[in-house]
Amino acid sequence: MNALLNIIKNFPKYLWSGWGAVSSIFLFITLWEFGFQQYGELVLPSPQSTFHTLWTMLHTDSIMQDVHITVKRAMWGFIISAGLGSFLGMLAGLFVTASIMSRPIITILMGMPPIAWIVLAMIWFGTGDNTVIFTVVVASFPIVFVGALQGTHTLEGDLKDMSDSFKAPLLMKFTDVYFPHIFSYIFPAWIAALGMSWKIVVMAELLSTPDGIGAALAVTRSHLDTAGALALVTIMIGFLLFIEYVFMEPIKREVEQWRN
Amino acid sequence: MAELDAELHVQHLSHSFGPHEILRDISFNLKEGHVISVVGPSGGGKTTLLHLCAGFLDVEEGKVTNTFNKHAFAFQETRLLPWQTTLDNIAFGLKAQGMRKQQRYHLATEIALRFGLEKKDLSKFPKDLSGGMRQRVSFARALVIEPQLLFLDEPFSALDIGLKQELQQILIQLISDGRLTVFFITHDLMEAVRLSDQIIVLDVDPGRVAHTFTIEKPQQERDDAYVYAETAKLLANPVIIKTFELSIASSRNKPDKGAAA
Ligand SMILES: Nc1ncnc2c1ncn2[C@@H]1O[C@H](COP(=O)(O)OP(=O)(O)OP(=O)(O)O)[C@@H](O)[C@H]1O
Ligand SMILES: [Mg+2]
Repeated sequence: MNALLNIIKNFPKYLWSGWGAVSSIFLFITLWEFGFQQYGELVLPSPQSTFHTLWTMLHTDSIMQDVHITVKRAMWGFIISAGLGSFLGMLAGLFVTASIMSRPIITILMGMPPIAWIVLAMIWFGTGDNTVIFTVVVASFPIVFVGALQGTHTLEGDLKDMSDSFKAPLLMKFTDVYFPHIFSYIFPAWIAALGMSWKIVVMAELLSTPDGIGAALAVTRSHLDTAGALALVTIMIGFLLFIEYVFMEPIKREVEQWRN
Repeated sequence: MAELDAELHVQHLSHSFGPHEILRDISFNLKEGHVISVVGPSGGGKTTLLHLCAGFLDVEEGKVTNTFNKHAFAFQETRLLPWQTTLDNIAFGLKAQGMRKQQRYHLATEIALRFGLEKKDLSKFPKDLSGGMRQRVSFARALVIEPQLLFLDEPFSALDIGLKQELQQILIQLISDGRLTVFFITHDLMEAVRLSDQIIVLDVDPGRVAHTFTIEKPQQERDDAYVYAETAKLLANPVIIKTFELSIASSRNKPDKGAAA
């Protein structure tokens, strides 16, 4: 709970440190404007018209619904892969055979392009939530699994001996010795998995569902509505930045301040 | 209670890691209120001996009997929890005993300040502490639980002379009060002379007791002159010269340096 308080306390300072990031975003928008002047509206609409489209888009109900659906799918996919990956990964890390046996499976899962999974998932689940969530899970699960596996795999006997020498009870050994170590591996994996979920969810939607941001993107493509497509992309990036910098980064700073 | 005759009794202890024989036939008896030091060349098996006595390693040959109720350990590599602050690290043993947060922080702060740490160090993580500070944290963590028997594995090796003497003084005080028994590993002969009732010289390959020196004079009465003189005598001793492979130059009775350290 202390950690939570610290996160909130440090938040204004953290936000202030974000000016550098903001200025780099403005620089990016400047380049975009140059691109527009070079290539014209059809290839690259101006930032201005994109933001205008975005503004009107945000005031329609249907896009809010799409965003909602997409976020829901991404979150379910993320939660399932984080839960399952953490649990199975930690378990596998405890047993040498399990970690050796899981290696090739993970390699296959990681190496297989998500697009292939989408095709399979569409055959198995049809078009709908399940296909998308399945694809997200298949893509994100291995990341979390590997993190958790390494977390338990690298537990050291030294600190365990130390805590035994002070006769630390089992619960305390878990909260003070094992958990922080494992968590320091799992947490970055969660962040990576969350980013992955967000990317995959849009791709899966674009190919397999009638709703969600991905589907909306497919519609703009068929209408050659570049400004609309860019507005959707802006929404997605906005979400990513929001989650990454407003949620994850402050938590990460707090829980990882003991690392060099 | 068996308070009166608590002891750490080691009989014919031998140990090997795989094919490598590390310790051979070690015997000694550490009685309550006494201090035994082990000195010897690096890699001679001192830490291994300590870990066997403390039960971190399984005894394969021989016997270790430890009848002390409460013991604590200060490790050579400190073994602090990297994700906990100085204060939490020192209070670790107290927390393990189930002491309330406020009280254990109070005790931990007290001992930290006594050991020359500053208030601002208490909220630092181990990565932001110097090597000597980490040693003091580890030493404080062991002492704060008021153990009967203290295992010390070169606890002062990274400290400057002043701090070293200060902490030695704290130890001597506790020993004279009869509150503490210490099993002590050091590279520093002078430190051994200052603190111990018995000094065990461990020969290397395999580690065995080359010689045991006994010092009768109570620790509190040993002044610097006495410590220098005794250390000089030790450095001139053939057993020490042989085990540490001292060259002629360093055996000119210059006691201001530890032997092999
Ligand atoms: N877990 C282990 N497995 C295999 N060999 C080990 C292990 N621990 C120690 N050894 C070996 O045992 C020998 C003695 O090591 P030990 O740590 O006891 O020496 P030491 O006397 O404490 O040395 P130092 O003074 O440098 O701390 C060394 O040769 C070391 O390589
Ligand atoms: Mg050692």
